[in-house]
Amino acid sequence: MSALATNAQGTAQETALAVSHLNITFGSGAAAMTAVDDVSFTLGHGEAFGLIGESGCGKSTILRALVGLNRDYEGTIRFRDTVVPRQRDKSFFRRVQMVFQDPYASLHPRKMVQYVLAEPLRIHGFDRHQERIDEILSAVGLGPSFRYRFPHELSGGQRQRVAIARALIIEPELLLLDEPTSALDVSVQAEILNLLKQLRRARDLTYLMVSHDLAVVTHLCERVGMMSEGRIIEEMSAEDVRAGRAAEPYTREFLEASTGYRPAS
Amino acid sequence: MAKPLLEVEDLFVSFKGAHRTTQAVRGISFNVGREKVGIVGESGSGKSLTGRTVLKLTPKAAHIDARRLSFDGIDLLAASERQMRSIRGNRISMILQDPKFSLNPLMRVGQQITEAYRLHHKVGRREAEARALAMLEAVKIRDPDRVYQLFPHEVSGGMGQRIMIAMMLIPEPDLIIADEPTSALDVTVRRQVLTILDELVTRRGAGLMFISHDLNLVADFCDRVLVMYAGRIMEDIAACDLRNARHPYTRALLDSLPRLDRATDMLQVPSRDPAWLDGPTIRSGAAT
Ligand SMILES: Nc1ncnc2c1ncn2[C@@H]1O[C@H](COP(=O)(O)OP(=O)(O)OP(=O)(O)O)[C@@H](O)[C@H]1O
Ligand SMILES: Nc1ncnc2c1ncn2[C@@H]1O[C@H](COP(=O)(O)OP(=O)(O)OP(=O)(O)O)[C@@H](O)[C@H]1O
Ligand SMILES: [Mg+2]
Ligand SMILES: [Mg+2]
Repeated sequence: MSALATNAQGTAQETALAVSHLNITFGSGAAAMTAVDDVSFTLGHGEAFGLIGESGCGKSTILRALVGLNRDYEGTIRFRDTVVPRQRDKSFFRRVQMVFQDPYASLHPRKMVQYVLAEPLRIHGFDRHQERIDEILSAVGLGPSFRYRFPHELSGGQRQRVAIARALIIEPELLLLDEPTSALDVSVQAEILNLLKQLRRARDLTYLMVSHDLAVVTHLCERVGMMSEGRIIEEMSAEDVRAGRAAEPYTREFLEASTGYRPAS
Repeated sequence: MAKPLLEVEDLFVSFKGAHRTTQAVRGISFNVGREKVGIVGESGSGKSLTGRTVLKLTPKAAHIDARRLSFDGIDLLAASERQMRSIRGNRISMILQDPKFSLNPLMRVGQQITEAYRLHHKVGRREAEARALAMLEAVKIRDPDRVYQLFPHEVSGGMGQRIMIAMMLIPEPDLIIADEPTSALDVTVRRQVLTILDELVTRRGAGLMFISHDLNLVADFCDRVLVMYAGRIMEDIAACDLRNARHPYTRALLDSLPRLDRATDMLQVPSRDPAWLDGPTIRSGAAT
Protein backbone atom coordinates (compact mmCIF):
# COMPACT_ATOMS: atom_id res chain seq x y z
CA MET A 1 0.00 0.00 0.00
CA SER A 2 1.23 3.47 -0.82
CA ALA A 3 2.26 5.77 1.96
CA LEU A 4 0.56 8.58 0.13
CA ALA A 5 -3.16 9.23 0.36
CA THR A 6 -5.44 12.15 -0.24
CA ASN A 7 -6.70 14.57 2.39
CA ALA A 8 -9.85 16.68 2.47
CA GLN A 9 -8.32 19.07 -0.06
CA GLY A 10 -7.54 16.23 -2.44
CA THR A 11 -3.74 16.66 -2.27
CA ALA A 12 -1.28 13.85 -1.61
CA GLN A 13 -0.18 13.69 2.01
CA GLU A 14 2.18 11.80 4.22
CA THR A 15 1.01 8.89 6.36
CA ALA A 16 -0.70 9.66 9.66
CA LEU A 17 -1.41 6.13 10.83
CA ALA A 18 -0.19 2.77 9.58
CA VAL A 19 -1.48 -0.45 11.09
CA SER A 20 0.20 -3.65 9.99
CA HIS A 21 -0.71 -7.24 10.76
CA LEU A 22 -2.78 -6.44 13.82
CA ASN A 23 -3.98 -9.55 15.66
CA ILE A 24 -6.07 -9.59 18.84
CA THR A 25 -7.26 -12.68 20.67
CA PHE A 26 -9.47 -12.93 23.76
CA GLY A 27 -9.30 -15.91 26.11
CA SER A 28 -6.86 -18.76 25.77
CA GLY A 29 -6.74 -22.44 24.89
CA ALA A 30 -10.01 -23.91 23.66
CA ALA A 31 -11.92 -20.76 24.60
CA ALA A 32 -9.61 -18.49 22.55
CA MET A 33 -11.40 -16.23 20.13
CA THR A 34 -9.73 -14.19 17.41
CA ALA A 35 -11.43 -10.79 17.41
CA VAL A 36 -9.01 -9.07 15.01
CA ASP A 37 -7.36 -11.19 12.35
CA ASP A 38 -4.32 -9.84 10.48
CA VAL A 39 -5.65 -6.34 9.86
CA SER A 40 -3.54 -3.80 7.95
CA PHE A 41 -4.50 -0.35 6.73
CA THR A 42 -3.03 3.12 6.23
CA LEU A 43 -4.45 6.59 6.80
CA GLY A 44 -2.98 9.61 5.06
CA HIS A 45 -2.65 12.80 7.03
CA GLY A 46 -5.95 14.68 6.81
CA GLU A 47 -7.81 11.66 5.50
CA ALA A 48 -11.05 10.16 6.86
CA PHE A 49 -11.35 6.38 6.77
CA GLY A 50 -14.44 4.43 7.83
CA LEU A 51 -14.81 0.87 9.13
CA ILE A 52 -18.10 -0.93 8.55
CA GLY A 53 -19.28 -4.46 9.32
CA GLU A 54 -21.62 -6.64 11.32
CA SER A 55 -21.99 -6.33 15.07
CA GLY A 56 -19.16 -8.17 16.83
CA CYS A 57 -16.83 -8.21 13.80
CA GLY A 58 -14.08 -6.39 15.73
CA LYS A 59 -14.46 -2.69 14.86
CA SER A 60 -14.39 -1.35 18.42
CA THR A 61 -11.62 -3.79 19.34
CA ILE A 62 -9.37 -2.23 16.67
CA LEU A 63 -10.06 1.29 17.94
CA ARG A 64 -9.49 0.28 21.55
CA ALA A 65 -6.14 -1.25 20.67
CA LEU A 66 -5.11 1.86 18.70
CA VAL A 67 -5.85 4.15 21.60
CA GLY A 68 -3.98 1.90 24.03
CA LEU A 69 -6.88 0.47 26.03
CA ASN A 70 -5.88 -3.03 25.05
CA ARG A 71 -2.13 -3.63 25.06
CA ASP A 72 -2.46 -7.29 24.34
CA TYR A 73 -2.09 -7.22 20.55
CA GLU A 74 0.31 -8.50 17.93
CA GLY A 75 1.46 -6.40 15.01
CA THR A 76 2.67 -2.83 14.73
CA ILE A 77 0.94 0.50 14.92
CA ARG A 78 2.80 3.47 13.48
CA PHE A 79 1.71 7.02 14.11
CA ARG A 80 3.53 9.60 11.99
CA ASP A 81 6.14 7.01 10.99
CA THR A 82 7.04 6.15 14.58
CA VAL A 83 6.05 2.81 16.12
CA VAL A 84 3.89 3.63 19.12
CA PRO A 85 4.92 1.97 22.37
CA ARG A 86 2.45 -0.48 23.91
CA GLN A 87 2.30 1.71 26.97
CA ARG A 88 1.09 4.95 25.39
CA ASP A 89 2.65 8.10 26.73
CA LYS A 90 1.24 11.54 27.35
CA SER A 91 2.43 12.93 24.04
CA PHE A 92 0.48 10.19 22.25
CA PHE A 93 -2.81 11.18 23.91
CA ARG A 94 -2.08 14.78 23.17
CA ARG A 95 -2.25 13.88 19.48
CA VAL A 96 -4.68 10.95 19.36
CA GLN A 97 -8.11 11.02 21.00
CA MET A 98 -11.14 8.75 20.92
CA VAL A 99 -14.91 9.22 21.15
CA PHE A 100 -16.57 6.09 22.49
CA GLN A 101 -19.61 4.18 21.29
CA ASP A 102 -21.55 4.32 24.54
CA PRO A 103 -22.26 7.86 25.77
CA TYR A 104 -23.79 6.46 28.95
CA ALA A 105 -20.63 4.74 30.06
CA SER A 106 -17.95 7.13 28.83
CA LEU A 107 -18.50 10.00 31.27
CA HIS A 108 -17.74 9.73 34.97
CA PRO A 109 -21.09 10.06 36.78
CA ARG A 110 -19.84 12.33 39.55
CA LYS A 111 -17.82 14.79 37.50
CA MET A 112 -19.32 18.03 36.30
CA VAL A 113 -18.94 18.90 32.60
CA GLN A 114 -16.61 21.74 33.60
CA TYR A 115 -14.27 19.28 35.31
CA VAL A 116 -14.48 16.73 32.48
CA LEU A 117 -13.25 19.41 30.05
CA ALA A 118 -10.66 21.03 32.32
CA GLU A 119 -8.93 17.74 33.15
CA PRO A 120 -7.30 17.13 29.73
CA LEU A 121 -6.26 20.81 29.57
CA ARG A 122 -4.49 20.47 32.91
CA ILE A 123 -2.86 17.15 32.07
CA HIS A 124 -1.46 18.47 28.80
CA GLY A 125 -0.47 21.87 30.15
CA PHE A 126 -2.80 24.11 28.16
CA ASP A 127 -3.42 27.75 29.09
CA ARG A 128 -6.70 29.77 28.97
CA HIS A 129 -8.85 26.97 30.45
CA GLN A 130 -12.04 28.97 30.84
CA GLU A 131 -11.94 30.38 27.32
CA ARG A 132 -11.15 27.04 25.74
CA ILE A 133 -14.02 25.38 27.62
CA ASP A 134 -16.47 28.04 26.44
CA GLU A 135 -15.19 27.78 22.87
CA ILE A 136 -15.47 24.03 22.65
CA LEU A 137 -18.90 23.94 24.31
CA SER A 138 -20.22 26.39 21.80
CA ALA A 139 -18.53 24.47 18.96
CA VAL A 140 -20.50 21.35 19.90
CA GLY A 141 -23.70 23.35 20.27
CA LEU A 142 -23.96 23.48 24.08
CA GLY A 143 -24.28 26.80 25.89
CA PRO A 144 -21.96 27.89 28.71
CA SER A 145 -24.57 26.87 31.31
CA PHE A 146 -23.77 23.24 30.51
CA ARG A 147 -20.49 23.66 32.39
CA TYR A 148 -22.29 23.09 35.65
CA ARG A 149 -24.24 19.97 34.73
CA PHE A 150 -23.59 16.41 35.84
CA PRO A 151 -23.93 13.55 33.30
CA HIS A 152 -27.30 12.41 34.72
CA GLU A 153 -28.68 15.83 33.93
CA LEU A 154 -27.91 15.42 30.23
CA SER A 155 -29.84 13.56 27.53
CA GLY A 156 -28.04 10.92 25.45
CA GLY A 157 -27.28 13.42 22.71
CA GLN A 158 -25.92 16.04 25.08
CA ARG A 159 -23.58 13.50 26.70
CA GLN A 160 -22.18 12.52 23.35
CA ARG A 161 -21.51 16.18 22.55
CA VAL A 162 -19.62 16.52 25.83
CA ALA A 163 -17.61 13.42 24.94
CA ILE A 164 -16.72 14.93 21.56
CA ALA A 165 -15.83 18.23 23.21
CA ARG A 166 -13.52 16.42 25.64
CA ALA A 167 -11.70 14.71 22.77
CA LEU A 168 -11.37 17.91 20.73
CA ILE A 169 -10.42 20.36 23.44
CA ILE A 170 -6.71 19.50 23.30
CA GLU A 171 -6.69 19.79 19.49
CA PRO A 172 -5.56 16.26 18.59
CA GLU A 173 -4.35 15.31 15.09
CA LEU A 174 -6.07 11.93 14.87
CA LEU A 175 -9.59 11.34 16.12
CA LEU A 176 -10.96 7.82 16.57
CA LEU A 177 -14.76 7.90 16.38
CA ASP A 178 -16.75 4.84 17.46
CA GLU A 179 -20.37 5.30 16.33
CA PRO A 180 -20.23 8.97 17.30
CA THR A 181 -23.80 9.74 16.25
CA SER A 182 -25.71 6.51 16.72
CA ALA A 183 -27.15 7.72 20.04
CA LEU A 184 -28.15 11.11 18.62
CA ASP A 185 -31.34 12.31 17.02
CA VAL A 186 -31.06 13.40 13.41
CA SER A 187 -31.02 17.13 14.10
CA VAL A 188 -28.09 16.81 16.54
CA GLN A 189 -26.46 14.29 14.22
CA ALA A 190 -26.52 16.90 11.45
CA GLU A 191 -24.88 19.42 13.79
CA ILE A 192 -22.17 17.00 14.91
CA LEU A 193 -21.39 15.79 11.39
CA ASN A 194 -21.14 19.38 10.17
CA LEU A 195 -18.90 20.18 13.11
CA LEU A 196 -16.64 17.21 12.40
CA LYS A 197 -16.40 18.22 8.74
CA GLN A 198 -15.58 21.83 9.55
CA LEU A 199 -12.99 20.91 12.16
CA ARG A 200 -11.30 18.52 9.85
CA ARG A 201 -10.89 21.21 7.23
CA ALA A 202 -9.92 23.97 9.64
CA ARG A 203 -7.38 21.89 11.57
CA ASP A 204 -6.40 19.28 9.01
CA LEU A 205 -7.53 16.46 11.29
CA THR A 206 -7.40 12.75 10.45
CA TYR A 207 -10.41 10.58 11.28
CA LEU A 208 -10.90 6.87 11.74
CA MET A 209 -14.61 6.27 12.12
CA VAL A 210 -16.81 3.28 12.86
CA SER A 211 -20.47 3.45 11.97
CA HIS A 212 -23.21 1.12 10.84
CA ASP A 213 -24.98 3.93 9.04
CA LEU A 214 -23.65 3.95 5.50
CA ALA A 215 -25.03 7.42 4.80
CA VAL A 216 -23.09 8.74 7.80
CA VAL A 217 -19.81 6.98 6.91
CA THR A 218 -19.88 8.05 3.29
CA HIS A 219 -20.80 11.58 4.28
CA LEU A 220 -17.64 11.96 6.35
CA CYS A 221 -15.14 9.47 4.91
CA GLU A 222 -13.69 9.20 1.43
CA ARG A 223 -12.51 5.62 1.94
CA VAL A 224 -14.21 2.69 3.70
CA GLY A 225 -12.99 -0.73 4.90
CA MET A 226 -15.48 -3.59 4.99
CA MET A 227 -14.91 -5.95 7.93
CA SER A 228 -16.08 -9.48 8.49
CA GLU A 229 -15.13 -11.77 11.37
CA GLY A 230 -12.08 -9.79 12.40
CA ARG A 231 -10.69 -9.13 8.92
CA ILE A 232 -10.84 -6.23 6.52
CA ILE A 233 -12.07 -8.04 3.45
CA GLU A 234 -12.28 -5.09 1.08
CA GLU A 235 -11.45 -1.39 0.80
CA MET A 236 -13.70 0.90 -1.20
CA SER A 237 -14.16 4.55 -2.04
CA ALA A 238 -17.23 6.33 -0.66
CA GLU A 239 -18.43 6.56 -4.28
CA ASP A 240 -18.27 2.76 -4.61
CA VAL A 241 -20.27 2.35 -1.42
CA ARG A 242 -22.93 4.76 -2.64
CA ALA A 243 -23.23 2.94 -5.92
CA GLY A 244 -23.16 -0.50 -4.28
CA ARG A 245 -20.01 -1.37 -6.27
CA ALA A 246 -18.11 -4.09 -4.41
CA ALA A 247 -15.84 -6.95 -5.41
CA GLU A 248 -16.84 -9.31 -2.59
CA PRO A 249 -20.31 -10.90 -2.62
CA TYR A 250 -20.46 -10.48 1.19
CA THR A 251 -19.95 -6.73 0.83
CA ARG A 252 -22.58 -6.45 -1.88
CA GLU A 253 -25.08 -8.25 0.34
CA PHE A 254 -24.19 -6.06 3.30
CA LEU A 255 -24.58 -2.86 1.29
CA GLU A 256 -27.86 -4.03 -0.16
CA ALA A 257 -29.31 -4.94 3.23
CA SER A 258 -28.25 -1.60 4.64
CA THR A 259 -31.13 0.63 3.71
CA GLY A 260 -34.52 0.69 5.40
CA TYR A 261 -36.19 -2.51 6.53
CA ARG A 262 -37.18 -5.67 4.76
CA PRO A 263 -38.09 -8.73 6.83
CA ALA A 264 -35.26 -11.24 7.20
CA SER A 265 -36.00 -14.44 5.32
CA MET B 1 -61.86 -1.58 14.43
CA ALA B 2 -61.11 -3.44 17.64
CA LYS B 3 -60.54 -1.47 20.82
CA PRO B 4 -56.95 -0.27 21.06
CA LEU B 5 -54.60 -1.88 23.59
CA LEU B 6 -53.38 1.42 24.92
CA GLU B 7 -55.36 4.65 25.09
CA VAL B 8 -53.71 7.90 26.06
CA GLU B 9 -55.73 11.10 26.23
CA ASP B 10 -54.41 14.51 27.15
CA LEU B 11 -51.32 13.31 29.01
CA PHE B 12 -49.16 15.80 30.88
CA VAL B 13 -45.88 15.03 32.66
CA SER B 14 -44.20 17.76 34.65
CA PHE B 15 -41.23 18.12 36.97
CA LYS B 16 -41.48 20.37 39.97
CA GLY B 17 -38.14 22.04 40.50
CA ALA B 18 -37.01 24.38 43.24
CA HIS B 19 -37.59 27.43 41.04
CA ARG B 20 -40.00 26.41 38.35
CA THR B 21 -42.06 23.56 37.00
CA THR B 22 -40.92 22.00 33.72
CA GLN B 23 -43.63 20.67 31.44
CA ALA B 24 -41.91 17.78 29.70
CA VAL B 25 -45.01 16.23 28.08
CA ARG B 26 -47.81 18.63 27.28
CA GLY B 27 -51.24 17.21 26.54
CA ILE B 28 -50.64 14.39 24.10
CA SER B 29 -53.27 11.92 22.88
CA PHE B 30 -52.71 8.70 20.95
CA ASN B 31 -53.73 5.05 20.79
CA VAL B 32 -51.74 1.91 20.19
CA GLY B 33 -53.53 -1.11 18.75
CA ARG B 34 -52.04 -4.44 17.80
CA GLU B 35 -49.66 -2.60 15.50
CA LYS B 36 -46.23 -1.01 15.33
CA VAL B 37 -46.26 2.64 16.28
CA GLY B 38 -43.03 4.57 15.83
CA ILE B 39 -42.19 7.59 17.99
CA VAL B 40 -39.61 9.98 16.58
CA GLY B 41 -38.50 13.48 17.48
CA GLU B 42 -35.42 15.25 18.71
CA SER B 43 -33.53 14.63 21.92
CA GLY B 44 -35.50 15.87 24.94
CA SER B 45 -38.84 15.95 23.11
CA GLY B 46 -40.39 13.53 25.61
CA LYS B 47 -40.25 10.17 23.83
CA SER B 48 -38.71 8.12 26.63
CA LEU B 49 -40.80 9.85 29.25
CA THR B 50 -43.99 8.98 27.35
CA GLY B 51 -42.89 5.35 27.21
CA ARG B 52 -42.00 5.25 30.89
CA THR B 53 -45.30 6.88 31.86
CA VAL B 54 -47.21 3.92 30.43
CA LEU B 55 -45.36 1.68 32.90
CA LYS B 56 -45.44 4.34 35.61
CA LEU B 57 -41.65 4.13 35.74
CA THR B 58 -41.13 7.88 35.72
CA PRO B 59 -38.63 9.58 38.07
CA LYS B 60 -39.93 10.39 41.58
CA ALA B 61 -40.06 14.09 40.82
CA ALA B 62 -42.38 13.58 37.85
CA HIS B 63 -46.06 14.42 38.12
CA ILE B 64 -48.43 12.60 35.73
CA ASP B 65 -51.82 13.95 34.77
CA ALA B 66 -54.17 12.64 32.06
CA ARG B 67 -57.82 12.43 31.12
CA ARG B 68 -57.28 8.79 30.28
CA LEU B 69 -54.41 6.31 30.48
CA SER B 70 -55.67 2.80 30.00
CA PHE B 71 -54.20 -0.49 28.94
CA ASP B 72 -56.54 -3.29 27.83
CA GLY B 73 -59.36 -1.74 29.86
CA ILE B 74 -57.21 -1.29 33.00
CA ASP B 75 -57.08 2.28 34.29
CA LEU B 76 -53.34 2.71 34.80
CA LEU B 77 -53.76 6.01 36.62
CA ALA B 78 -55.78 4.28 39.33
CA ALA B 79 -53.69 1.08 39.41
CA SER B 80 -51.81 0.33 42.63
CA GLU B 81 -48.05 -0.20 42.65
CA ARG B 82 -48.71 -3.90 43.20
CA GLN B 83 -50.92 -4.10 40.10
CA MET B 84 -48.32 -2.16 38.14
CA ARG B 85 -45.60 -4.63 39.17
CA SER B 86 -47.57 -7.52 37.80
CA ILE B 87 -48.37 -5.64 34.58
CA ARG B 88 -44.72 -4.65 34.10
CA GLY B 89 -43.34 -8.12 34.52
CA ASN B 90 -45.89 -9.89 32.39
CA ARG B 91 -48.03 -7.83 30.08
CA ILE B 92 -45.98 -4.78 29.15
CA SER B 93 -42.22 -4.95 28.62
CA MET B 94 -39.85 -2.09 28.07
CA ILE B 95 -36.44 -2.24 26.41
CA LEU B 96 -34.53 0.63 27.95
CA GLN B 97 -32.47 3.11 25.98
CA ASP B 98 -29.26 2.42 27.94
CA PRO B 99 -28.86 -1.35 27.70
CA LYS B 100 -25.67 -1.86 29.67
CA PHE B 101 -27.01 0.25 32.50
CA SER B 102 -29.81 -2.20 33.08
CA LEU B 103 -27.64 -5.30 33.20
CA ASN B 104 -25.93 -6.34 36.42
CA PRO B 105 -22.21 -5.70 35.76
CA LEU B 106 -21.07 -8.44 38.15
CA MET B 107 -23.12 -11.28 36.73
CA ARG B 108 -22.55 -13.29 33.55
CA VAL B 109 -25.10 -12.29 30.91
CA GLY B 110 -26.35 -15.85 30.39
CA GLN B 111 -27.04 -16.26 34.07
CA GLN B 112 -29.07 -13.03 34.04
CA ILE B 113 -31.28 -14.31 31.23
CA THR B 114 -31.68 -17.66 33.00
CA GLU B 115 -32.83 -15.94 36.18
CA ALA B 116 -35.25 -13.73 34.27
CA TYR B 117 -36.66 -16.83 32.63
CA ARG B 118 -37.19 -18.61 35.94
CA LEU B 119 -38.97 -15.58 37.29
CA HIS B 120 -41.66 -16.00 34.65
CA HIS B 121 -41.79 -19.73 34.04
CA LYS B 122 -41.97 -22.56 36.54
CA VAL B 123 -39.03 -24.58 35.24
CA GLY B 124 -35.83 -26.05 36.65
CA ARG B 125 -32.40 -24.43 36.27
CA ARG B 126 -31.34 -26.81 33.50
CA GLU B 127 -34.29 -26.03 31.31
CA ALA B 128 -34.05 -22.30 32.01
CA GLU B 129 -30.41 -22.41 30.93
CA ALA B 130 -31.33 -24.17 27.72
CA ARG B 131 -34.04 -21.57 27.08
CA ALA B 132 -31.61 -18.73 27.76
CA LEU B 133 -29.21 -20.15 25.18
CA ALA B 134 -32.09 -20.47 22.74
CA MET B 135 -33.00 -16.82 23.36
CA LEU B 136 -29.44 -15.74 22.56
CA GLU B 137 -29.67 -17.72 19.34
CA ALA B 138 -33.05 -16.20 18.55
CA VAL B 139 -31.57 -12.71 18.66
CA LYS B 140 -28.80 -13.94 16.33
CA ILE B 141 -25.88 -13.90 18.73
CA ARG B 142 -23.11 -15.89 17.11
CA ASP B 143 -21.52 -18.48 19.36
CA PRO B 144 -24.14 -18.26 22.16
CA ASP B 145 -22.26 -20.73 24.39
CA ARG B 146 -19.32 -18.34 24.61
CA VAL B 147 -21.41 -15.21 25.02
CA TYR B 148 -23.45 -16.87 27.79
CA GLN B 149 -20.30 -16.86 29.93
CA LEU B 150 -19.34 -13.21 29.31
CA PHE B 151 -19.78 -10.29 31.68
CA PRO B 152 -21.58 -7.17 30.39
CA HIS B 153 -18.31 -5.27 29.80
CA GLU B 154 -17.05 -8.08 27.56
CA VAL B 155 -19.86 -7.93 25.00
CA SER B 156 -19.92 -5.55 22.03
CA GLY B 157 -22.41 -2.65 21.89
CA GLY B 158 -24.78 -4.48 19.58
CA MET B 159 -24.61 -7.68 21.64
CA GLY B 160 -25.64 -5.78 24.79
CA GLN B 161 -28.72 -4.47 23.03
CA ARG B 162 -29.69 -7.90 21.82
CA ILE B 163 -29.23 -9.42 25.26
CA MET B 164 -31.69 -6.84 26.60
CA ILE B 165 -34.13 -7.71 23.84
CA ALA B 166 -33.84 -11.41 24.64
CA MET B 167 -34.66 -10.69 28.30
CA MET B 168 -37.64 -8.59 27.35
CA LEU B 169 -39.16 -11.23 25.10
CA ILE B 170 -39.21 -13.88 27.83
CA PRO B 171 -42.66 -13.07 29.30
CA GLU B 172 -44.23 -12.81 25.81
CA PRO B 173 -45.79 -9.43 26.57
CA ASP B 174 -48.92 -7.88 24.99
CA LEU B 175 -47.34 -4.47 24.67
CA ILE B 176 -43.68 -3.80 24.04
CA ILE B 177 -42.14 -0.41 24.53
CA ALA B 178 -38.80 -0.40 22.80
CA ASP B 179 -36.67 2.70 23.44
CA GLU B 180 -34.10 2.90 20.64
CA PRO B 181 -33.67 -0.86 20.67
CA THR B 182 -31.52 -1.05 17.57
CA SER B 183 -29.39 2.09 17.65
CA ALA B 184 -26.18 0.11 18.27
CA LEU B 185 -26.96 -2.62 15.77
CA ASP B 186 -25.58 -2.93 12.29
CA VAL B 187 -28.04 -3.39 9.49
CA THR B 188 -28.01 -7.14 9.11
CA VAL B 189 -28.45 -7.87 12.79
CA ARG B 190 -30.96 -5.06 13.08
CA ARG B 191 -33.06 -6.65 10.39
CA GLN B 192 -33.16 -9.94 12.26
CA VAL B 193 -34.02 -8.33 15.57
CA LEU B 194 -36.78 -6.30 13.94
CA THR B 195 -38.12 -9.44 12.33
CA ILE B 196 -38.45 -10.96 15.80
CA LEU B 197 -40.39 -7.93 17.04
CA ASP B 198 -42.46 -7.92 13.86
CA GLU B 199 -43.39 -11.58 14.41
CA LEU B 200 -44.46 -10.86 17.95
CA VAL B 201 -46.84 -8.21 16.66
CA THR B 202 -48.24 -10.19 13.74
CA ARG B 203 -48.20 -13.69 15.27
CA ARG B 204 -49.16 -12.94 18.86
CA GLY B 205 -51.10 -9.77 18.18
CA ALA B 206 -48.95 -7.69 20.48
CA GLY B 207 -48.65 -3.91 20.25
CA LEU B 208 -45.31 -2.16 19.81
CA MET B 209 -44.25 1.37 20.69
CA PHE B 210 -40.99 1.83 18.82
CA ILE B 211 -38.98 4.86 19.94
CA SER B 212 -36.25 5.73 17.46
CA HIS B 213 -34.46 8.56 15.76
CA ASP B 214 -34.01 6.62 12.56
CA LEU B 215 -36.67 8.09 10.27
CA ASN B 216 -35.93 5.81 7.34
CA LEU B 217 -36.19 2.75 9.51
CA VAL B 218 -39.43 3.83 11.15
CA ALA B 219 -40.95 4.67 7.75
CA ASP B 220 -40.29 1.13 6.54
CA PHE B 221 -40.81 -0.87 9.70
CA CYS B 222 -43.76 0.72 11.51
CA ASP B 223 -47.42 1.04 10.64
CA ARG B 224 -47.89 4.50 12.06
CA VAL B 225 -45.55 7.24 13.31
CA LEU B 226 -45.91 9.92 15.97
CA VAL B 227 -43.57 12.88 15.56
CA MET B 228 -42.84 14.64 18.86
CA TYR B 229 -41.42 18.07 19.52
CA ALA B 230 -41.18 19.87 22.87
CA GLY B 231 -43.51 17.46 24.65
CA ARG B 232 -46.22 17.52 22.01
CA ILE B 233 -47.23 15.40 19.04
CA MET B 234 -46.67 17.42 15.87
CA GLU B 235 -47.87 14.80 13.47
CA ASP B 236 -49.59 11.39 13.62
CA ILE B 237 -49.07 9.82 10.23
CA ALA B 238 -49.19 6.50 8.38
CA ALA B 239 -45.59 5.25 8.15
CA CYS B 240 -45.81 4.88 4.38
CA ASP B 241 -46.60 8.61 4.11
CA LEU B 242 -43.77 9.76 6.41
CA ARG B 243 -41.44 10.76 3.58
CA ASN B 244 -44.20 13.06 2.30
CA ALA B 245 -45.03 14.47 5.73
CA ARG B 246 -46.69 17.90 5.88
CA HIS B 247 -45.58 19.34 9.18
CA PRO B 248 -42.56 21.65 8.72
CA TYR B 249 -40.86 20.06 11.74
CA THR B 250 -41.14 16.57 10.26
CA ARG B 251 -39.89 17.96 6.95
CA ALA B 252 -36.92 19.59 8.67
CA LEU B 253 -35.96 16.31 10.34
CA LEU B 254 -36.13 14.49 7.00
CA ASP B 255 -34.03 17.16 5.31
CA SER B 256 -31.28 16.95 7.95
CA LEU B 257 -30.42 13.33 7.07
CA PRO B 258 -27.21 12.52 5.22
CA ARG B 259 -28.13 10.67 2.07
CA LEU B 260 -26.62 7.64 0.49
CA ASP B 261 -27.91 8.40 -2.99
CA ARG B 262 -26.03 11.67 -3.35
CA ALA B 263 -23.13 13.44 -1.67
CA THR B 264 -23.82 16.67 0.19
CA ASP B 265 -21.26 18.96 1.70
CA MET B 266 -22.96 20.40 4.79
CA LEU B 267 -26.19 19.02 6.22
CA GLN B 268 -29.23 21.15 6.93
CA VAL B 269 -29.70 21.80 10.63
CA PRO B 270 -33.41 22.24 11.42
CA SER B 271 -34.52 25.63 12.65
CA ARG B 272 -37.49 25.75 15.01
CA ASP B 273 -40.62 27.85 14.91
CA PRO B 274 -42.11 28.89 18.28
CA ALA B 275 -45.56 28.59 16.68
CA TRP B 276 -45.15 24.78 16.75
CA LEU B 277 -45.21 24.81 20.53
CA ASP B 278 -48.95 25.42 20.59
CA GLY B 279 -49.95 24.66 17.01
CA PRO B 280 -52.28 21.86 15.92
CA THR B 281 -51.39 18.19 15.59
CA ILE B 282 -51.58 17.03 12.00
CA ARG B 283 -53.35 13.67 11.93
CA SER B 284 -53.23 11.73 8.66
CA GLY B 285 -52.53 14.94 6.77
CA ALA B 286 -55.25 17.07 8.38
CA ALA B 287 -54.85 19.57 11.23
CA THR B 288 -56.85 18.75 14.38
N1 LIG C 1 -12.84 -7.98 26.93
C1 LIG C 1 -13.31 -8.94 26.11
N2 LIG C 1 -13.35 -10.22 26.51
C2 LIG C 1 -13.82 -11.19 25.69
N3 LIG C 1 -14.31 -10.97 24.44
C3 LIG C 1 -14.32 -9.70 24.00
C4 LIG C 1 -13.83 -8.62 24.81
N4 LIG C 1 -13.97 -7.47 24.10
C5 LIG C 1 -14.51 -7.83 22.91
N5 LIG C 1 -14.73 -9.16 22.85
C6 LIG C 1 -15.31 -9.91 21.72
O1 LIG C 1 -14.68 -9.51 20.51
C7 LIG C 1 -15.62 -9.48 19.42
C8 LIG C 1 -15.56 -8.13 18.74
O2 LIG C 1 -16.11 -7.12 19.61
P1 LIG C 1 -16.18 -5.59 19.19
O3 LIG C 1 -16.65 -4.85 20.39
O4 LIG C 1 -14.90 -5.17 18.56
O5 LIG C 1 -17.31 -5.62 18.07
P2 LIG C 1 -17.86 -4.45 17.13
O6 LIG C 1 -17.47 -4.79 15.72
O7 LIG C 1 -17.45 -3.14 17.67
O8 LIG C 1 -19.43 -4.70 17.29
P3 LIG C 1 -20.64 -3.66 17.55
O9 LIG C 1 -21.00 -3.13 16.18
O10 LIG C 1 -21.73 -4.55 18.09
O11 LIG C 1 -20.19 -2.62 18.52
C9 LIG C 1 -16.98 -9.82 20.06
O12 LIG C 1 -17.26 -11.16 19.79
C10 LIG C 1 -16.77 -9.59 21.56
O13 LIG C 1 -17.57 -10.44 22.36
N1 LIG D 1 -35.52 13.72 36.37
C1 LIG D 1 -35.78 14.78 35.58
N2 LIG D 1 -35.82 16.04 36.06
C2 LIG D 1 -36.08 17.09 35.28
N3 LIG D 1 -36.32 16.99 33.96
C3 LIG D 1 -36.29 15.78 33.40
C4 LIG D 1 -36.02 14.60 34.16
N4 LIG D 1 -36.06 13.52 33.34
C5 LIG D 1 -36.35 14.01 32.10
N5 LIG D 1 -36.49 15.36 32.14
C6 LIG D 1 -36.77 16.24 31.00
O1 LIG D 1 -37.87 15.74 30.26
C7 LIG D 1 -37.68 15.99 28.87
C8 LIG D 1 -37.99 14.75 28.08
O2 LIG D 1 -37.00 13.77 28.35
P1 LIG D 1 -36.98 12.35 27.57
O3 LIG D 1 -35.97 11.51 28.26
O4 LIG D 1 -38.35 11.83 27.43
O5 LIG D 1 -36.42 12.80 26.14
P2 LIG D 1 -36.24 11.91 24.83
O6 LIG D 1 -37.19 12.44 23.80
O7 LIG D 1 -36.32 10.46 25.15
O8 LIG D 1 -34.75 12.33 24.40
P3 LIG D 1 -33.47 11.43 23.88
O9 LIG D 1 -33.69 11.24 22.40
O10 LIG D 1 -32.28 12.30 24.15
O11 LIG D 1 -33.47 10.15 24.65
C9 LIG D 1 -36.24 16.47 28.70
O12 LIG D 1 -36.24 17.84 28.37
C10 LIG D 1 -35.59 16.23 30.03
O13 LIG D 1 -34.67 17.26 30.32
MG1 LIG E 1 -18.52 -1.63 18.73
MG1 LIG F 1 -34.93 8.95 25.28
